[in-house]
Amino acid sequence: MSRSEPFAFVRELATRWDAIAVVVVIGLLAFFAEASRGLLEPISKLSAAPLSLEPAQLPVYAARTTLRMFAALALSLLFTFTYATWAAKSARAEKLLVPILDILQSVPILGFISVTVVFFMSLVPGRVLGAEFAAIFAIFTSQAWNMAFSFYQSLRTIPDELQEAAESFRLSAWMRFWQLEVPFAMPALLWNMMMSMSGSWFFVVASESISVGHTTIALPGIGSYIALAIEQGNLRAIGWAIAAMFIVILLYDQLIFRPLVVWGDRFRLDQEQGGRVPDSWALTMMQRSRLISAARLLFFDFVRWTSRRAARPAPTLEAQPLRRTSRADLLWFALVVLLVALAAWRIARMLVGETTLQEARDVAWLACLTMLRVLALIGLASVVWVPIGIWVGLRPRATQLVQPVAQFLAAFPANLLFPVAVFGIVTWKLNPDLWLSPLMILGTQWYILFNVIAGAAAMPTELRYAAQNFGVSGPLWWRKVALPSVLPYYVTGAITASGGSWNAAIVAELASWRNVEVKAHGLGAYIAEATTAGDFHRIILGIATMSLFVVAINRLFWRPLYYYAERKYRLS
Amino acid sequence: MNTVPNPAAEPLLTVQDVRKAFPKPDGGELLVLDGVQLTLIPGQIVGLLGRSGSGKSTLLRLIAGLSEPSAGRLAFHGQPITGPAAGIAMVFQSFALFPWLTVFENVALGLEAQRMPRADIRKRSLAAIDLIGLDGFESAYPRELSGGMRQRVGFARALVVHPDILLMDEPFSALDVLTAETLRTDFLDLWGEGQMPIKGVVLVTHNIEEAVLMCDRILVFGSNPGRILSEIAVPLPQPRNRLDPKFRELVERIYVAMTSRPSGAPLAGRSERFPGLGIGSVLPRVSSNLLAGLLETVAAPPFNGTADLPKIASDLQMEIDELFPVAETLQMMRLAEVEGGDIRLTPDGLAFANAEVDERKRIFARHLLNYVPLAAHIRRVLDERASHAARKSRFIDELEDFMGEEDAEQTLRAVVSLARYAEAFAYNDENEVFNLENPV
Repeated sequence: MSRSEPFAFVRELATRWDAIAVVVVIGLLAFFAEASRGLLEPISKLSAAPLSLEPAQLPVYAARTTLRMFAALALSLLFTFTYATWAAKSARAEKLLVPILDILQSVPILGFISVTVVFFMSLVPGRVLGAEFAAIFAIFTSQAWNMAFSFYQSLRTIPDELQEAAESFRLSAWMRFWQLEVPFAMPALLWNMMMSMSGSWFFVVASESISVGHTTIALPGIGSYIALAIEQGNLRAIGWAIAAMFIVILLYDQLIFRPLVVWGDRFRLDQEQGGRVPDSWALTMMQRSRLISAARLLFFDFVRWTSRRAARPAPTLEAQPLRRTSRADLLWFALVVLLVALAAWRIARMLVGETTLQEARDVAWLACLTMLRVLALIGLASVVWVPIGIWVGLRPRATQLVQPVAQFLAAFPANLLFPVAVFGIVTWKLNPDLWLSPLMILGTQWYILFNVIAGAAAMPTELRYAAQNFGVSGPLWWRKVALPSVLPYYVTGAITASGGSWNAAIVAELASWRNVEVKAHGLGAYIAEATTAGDFHRIILGIATMSLFVVAINRLFWRPLYYYAERKYRLS
Repeated sequence: MNTVPNPAAEPLLTVQDVRKAFPKPDGGELLVLDGVQLTLIPGQIVGLLGRSGSGKSTLLRLIAGLSEPSAGRLAFHGQPITGPAAGIAMVFQSFALFPWLTVFENVALGLEAQRMPRADIRKRSLAAIDLIGLDGFESAYPRELSGGMRQRVGFARALVVHPDILLMDEPFSALDVLTAETLRTDFLDLWGEGQMPIKGVVLVTHNIEEAVLMCDRILVFGSNPGRILSEIAVPLPQPRNRLDPKFRELVERIYVAMTSRPSGAPLAGRSERFPGLGIGSVLPRVSSNLLAGLLETVAAPPFNGTADLPKIASDLQMEIDELFPVAETLQMMRLAEVEGGDIRLTPDGLAFANAEVDERKRIFARHLLNYVPLAAHIRRVLDERASHAARKSRFIDELEDFMGEEDAEQTLRAVVSLARYAEAFAYNDENEVFNLENPV
């Protein structure tokens, strides 16, 4: 190599992207070090150094909140890789694990927080760490299920040819996992991780400031900051919190998720040419920086090193028994039945024994009220957002502008805005039964909007030309062309929005401002009140009822609608 | 209906001096169609023949009123076309059926748009379905049908509105050979018997034989920008026979027309046989396998170095859209000459075909760096730099002075593919950097 420049070797060693990379990496390290300080301190320290509403404290609070979320995300990933893999590989486990996952996906997780806090506090008694565990677990429960489900579905759909190729090269299970299964599942998994991260903001706000019965713990973080601001009725502080949240979401979107999505794009199996390859400056930085490249190589070397050590399958074809040993099957089946019976008995003892008929009727009535709210709001949001979404989706320029905003709004925790609404209701003495309802859909309506936009944008040009060519316009166009073409996308968005709204009911139906409490009649308020009172029997009853309603609505309404839309309206 | 066209008849459609350009992001414009003239008189099928990117589909969309020309006039029955006209219906390449509507509902949609009474809609839709051979399938959804049946629905949907002009955008190209042939024959039968309500047809195709089989007149389109190279009348009576010497002669004539130099280029020395290529030429993406394959085929018996393009195309079962880019790339690299519908290998082209892998790569690299200015340019930049590396964006910027964003991307991809085979330079797609490193 000819070296015409005197310092060429410096250029070889480090690119100017390295400079940026170093700053970003050290910044992240400092951030996490700051955030993890004080984990091992005794819990009394928390009350000794109470939260402050000073905006200057917000960066530290934001750091701790973000750290919790990423800790939860790491846990979710671990859960995904184990649970989903087990479900996909074992036919026996699948029968039990998948339905459980399906239920966990649709039940209101917000209600679980109170139940788990006590358990985690008792694990590390007297330390902040226990409360941290509880908060992280709460966030984990809002992230893990859809990730695991997506991974499981990806594993089930790996093309036979790739499976056979892996088999013919006698890849060990460990190698197959890292070289075939994880890469194949990556694009869908990344997308679900982003959704999880967005969704979990909602829970952060709810889980950092926990009060169950007599125990009240406020972990330093944005969530507690907001709780305190509400208690003191400080609107300005809430404004600061919203600003901080905005910056944090923007930062991790740019620094972590965008690069990941762009990078994950290569794992897409359907290599369709011509689609615009997404771009990310942070990924460019990481790829151009030699330091980060070296770190990446180190990781791949590690995977390779562990792969060498993993046992390879025997070269002989295992004689596959035609029928599984029925005894093992029977044993497994018996075990499952036993477990289910045990669980059913526990629930029955807890609920049936202590619930009066009157109470059951009341709870059912409250659930109906909440259901009415959710359905009415989904309907209202659809009437507003479907036409707008179609209009935007058919115009590429508008789509480019609106789509990121809609996705950001879906990620933005709407419960941050609740105090503002409650302030209004209290000030103008509005009817909470009516005016608290919109809060339930404040954050979830965007799922409808951005799914409809995606659907309209995916409509083939030739189909649009055909409609134009035959002069189809006006109501006929909406009825026969536009609405059917977005229906599958709309249903996907509406399912997410509906599930989210049920969850939001727990926070939205009972809101407070300073010492004024505003309450709407519904199951959400019932659960929230039971949580504050620490009445476990009522918490369980409320959650069980809500789960029952959500699962029933999903099974009887959304899922049939989804399959119908998929079958009839999906453009293949 | 298949009467002798009367030139004095009032034209159904006139297209005068039409030009279409799209704005480029940097403020310039991308010319896709220039100086196009076309007249369609009743009783004629006019074919628009050309390769992808020659603007023939753009012209069809202009006629359909789906987009507006940048300059020039289009008139239907003497009235300027300002939007989708009621008397012009279109059949699409990908069928463009609404998957949530049944066959009957798809066909009826155009009539519903006209707010026709229900009974009439039913009568006419069933008649169209009947005519096109779809009876019994009225309640089927498009996904239940084969490709051929789907395109029949496409035809019925277009015919039911009783258009004067039927526009067809490569209607048979998404079908297998046998199905396409059946559908073509059925269509020509109906047209010949005058059973269809249409008065004239404009057919877009890139299949030369299809054009000769169906059309009364063929307009051959050239690329960059799209324009009409020549007009060829097809005086053969229907039904036409592909093996008829007159048919073959016409096919040959069209190949010649499509491989001729743009008119106006001076014919001087031998080197002029090769079109002059600046750094700003758009290169097609062609696999090096196909390049080597074509060289080998032409070098081997029975061709022995010179082959008739129509013969090669039918031997290799390649459409002109696939064959021409390969032949042109060989011509650009001076491994072959293409003219008058023939492809002839140069001495180096023959040497390549007979050589072993290493020698092949040497010949290929020499020709690439000598005759493809963009490849030579990239190599020079890499040689000059101490790091022997250069960012992709640098070359993209240079190319975008001459061409659109997508063409620049495609051209660079094409040159990367050629250079990789020649081992002239390397490219790392991950960080988008060109370099001279050999892969480990």
